[in-house]
Amino acid sequence: MFSSFLINTWITASIVAVVAGLVGFFVVLRGSSFLAHAVPHGAFAGAAGATLLGLDPILGMGVFAVGGAVGVVTLGRRGRNDVVIALALVLMLASGALFLSLGNQYSAEVFSLLFGQLLGVSSSSLVPIVVLGIVCVLAVLVAYRPLLLASVLPDQAAARGISTFGMSVFFAVIVALATTLSVPVVGALLMFSLLVGPPAAARLFSPDPLRAIPLSIGFALVVVWFSIAAAYLSSLPVGFFVTLGSALLYAAGRGWFAISTRRPVAA
Amino acid sequence: MSGSAAPVLEVNGVGVSLAGRRILHDVRFRIEPGEFVGLIGSNGAGKTTLLRLILGLQAPTEGTVVFDGANLRHGVIGYLPQKVALDADLPLRARDVVALGLDGQRLGIPLPSKRRRALVDELLAAVGASEFADTRVGQLSGGQQQRVLIAHALISRPRLLLLDEPLANLDIRSAQEIVELLARVSRERGIAVLLSAHDLNPLLPVMDRIVYLADGHAVAGTTDEVVQSAVLTKLYGRQVDVLRVKGRVLVVAGDEHDHGHDE
Amino acid sequence: MIAFFSSGPVQLALLVGTLVAAVSALVGVFTVLRRQSFAGHALADLGAVGGSAAFLLGIPQLVGFVGAGILAAGVMELVGIKRVQGRDVATGIVFGLGLGLTALFLYLDTQRAGTSNAAISVLFGSLFAIDASVLPLVILLSAVACLIVVVFFRWFLIDSLSQDLASVRGVPVRLTGILFLVALALAVELSALTIGAVLSTALLIAPAAAALRLTRRVGLAILIAIGVGVGSTWLGILMSFESYGWSGGAHSWPVSFCIVLVAVAAYLLSGIAVPVRTLTRRRLARVL
Repeated sequence: MFSSFLINTWITASIVAVVAGLVGFFVVLRGSSFLAHAVPHGAFAGAAGATLLGLDPILGMGVFAVGGAVGVVTLGRRGRNDVVIALALVLMLASGALFLSLGNQYSAEVFSLLFGQLLGVSSSSLVPIVVLGIVCVLAVLVAYRPLLLASVLPDQAAARGISTFGMSVFFAVIVALATTLSVPVVGALLMFSLLVGPPAAARLFSPDPLRAIPLSIGFALVVVWFSIAAAYLSSLPVGFFVTLGSALLYAAGRGWFAISTRRPVAA
Repeated sequence: MSGSAAPVLEVNGVGVSLAGRRILHDVRFRIEPGEFVGLIGSNGAGKTTLLRLILGLQAPTEGTVVFDGANLRHGVIGYLPQKVALDADLPLRARDVVALGLDGQRLGIPLPSKRRRALVDELLAAVGASEFADTRVGQLSGGQQQRVLIAHALISRPRLLLLDEPLANLDIRSAQEIVELLARVSRERGIAVLLSAHDLNPLLPVMDRIVYLADGHAVAGTTDEVVQSAVLTKLYGRQVDVLRVKGRVLVVAGDEHDHGHDE
Repeated sequence: MIAFFSSGPVQLALLVGTLVAAVSALVGVFTVLRRQSFAGHALADLGAVGGSAAFLLGIPQLVGFVGAGILAAGVMELVGIKRVQGRDVATGIVFGLGLGLTALFLYLDTQRAGTSNAAISVLFGSLFAIDASVLPLVILLSAVACLIVVVFFRWFLIDSLSQDLASVRGVPVRLTGILFLVALALAVELSALTIGAVLSTALLIAPAAAALRLTRRVGLAILIAIGVGVGSTWLGILMSFESYGWSGGAHSWPVSFCIVLVAVAAYLLSGIAVPVRTLTRRRLARVL
């Protein structure tokens, strides 16, 4: 379980968890679950396209995820254009399927990109993953206060000269990068759970953002470690355990929140 | 207030047209330091647009807004927008919201600092929010949230505080408390307040001056100067009656609808 | 061309594809009017759980899709999700869990059958590999969905305008919501059979949205949507069939990709053909 072959997976998964816990906190805060749902679809098509062309899948994912994220934010600005976004997503998925069908390992490749793979990380791809992870964490920490203000009180933020649209694009790019480094392990369709589940649970446990964020990262690490161990022992797909763990944590958070807020708050 | 000091805000013949529609037309008034000014008008009169202009979130089609004798800089006006939606499970305490008002635009994680904490505590106390300083903001009542958001707007020591319909969703008692709080803060800290409302009665005891807005046109002056049948009839372009009953003011506009009623 | 029409799987694909596209387009018009695209997407994701479990249980895939879809629709109604929104965290986590279960079942399917074709056919459809024995079921379910829409046409229309208006006129709003969810589930799961669970939104939304850009009259919009949906399916099937020779004869393009491509292209073309017009409530009211 901790053989040299799997060690890359443990390292990557831990980076993925830290990034997902931190970025996910703002995904939930901003109500951007839709963005977190949409971007991995783009990443899937990008990875498939890159595989077909013989390029590094991470490069393909990065380009498509960033493009998709900025596209969703820009489309969203011009009114809530649900139809356009939904169709763009479907077209991305369908293109991914096409690219993979033109290659040779159609089924297996589709499955691992969509649902994650325990042995998806080679030593050579470890370096870009570490770099991307550090970039994501630093970007969020540096922009922490304006991002928080623009997410919670957008009008006040604008009055202070913070561009809320600029913040949305900035954040969309961070979500895209976080997705890019996560897809090889967790999978495109299931990354959403990790970005939303642990942070949504953590914010129910603590009203203090500087406690909820570490808690969110901790939850994400627990989910990911549990999932790898369970996947290794049962040889079932890792993504299944990620969604299961996220859902259980969130349910526990809901229960805690219901009990803790039953006491009357200060009048 | 004395007219000798430079005004905090001068609105000089400002007009706005959006998609061929005139929203505001030749609006002019000034606010002196520490003055409490009510911006009164019915829904759709252009109150929010005027406040956005003053904040620099929107550019006027004509006229100028001069702040403190200079062009507008962001962040020097405290602002409380009309609609603030705070989810019940938002992971922010009242004190976090106030702290964001101090340095929300700065980069980096806030480091624990005694000075910062003391300042936040002082502001929470000033608005009467010390009791629920560590409660989730989403769990607070509407009036409590207003207090926290006022502290958020005040902590960066602005010279002017803009509030967009802060009394709209409050019961009569909470509304009265918020008005008293604002008047006290304005007096003690020398901050000018511009507050928009559709009913002028809760503001009567505290207003130094009034800006009355109807169909994009405005008249400004003291309450006694502005709230008169002749003045408002000219502003609305149709017969308006002003009735004074037991210290309350009732503005009854001609045929279609009436303004400022609360009985 | 002759080879195209004389091939057995192609004939069956055309027949099933036509039925499914027509039903999806019909239901899709109301889905767009009621702004329930996200609910359609959600039902598709959850239907995939059933589709993937069907392999394990040894029942037809369509039965799995429809069973899970109807079950999901029932749960959505019970929990009282009136208009499922993409913003809602709880909804998102439930869908995530659904996809996780799909991953699990697909993996078990793979272990059992020794190939991973199940994943492809559940997620991306298998129009050319449909078993002729499910044809009666496809026809039956299509008929049920059409019947619901035709019988309750006016209820759906008034309800999508304004729920208050519908209540005042004596329309049972809750029942209308349930009936529509059932029709939506049937349409989405039928599409899942042909172009796959994760792509079925295309057949539901694209033809309907294209039609509603071209006309503001609901009846006409339905006819156009059916035309666009069926046309996309036929062109897509033809394209996939012909594509065998395009890339050196090694692979043909997946039929689902071809159908989605044509349907989305039709939507984009509808935007160029006319200045973008949105269906205003006032105009819709005039139709009523």
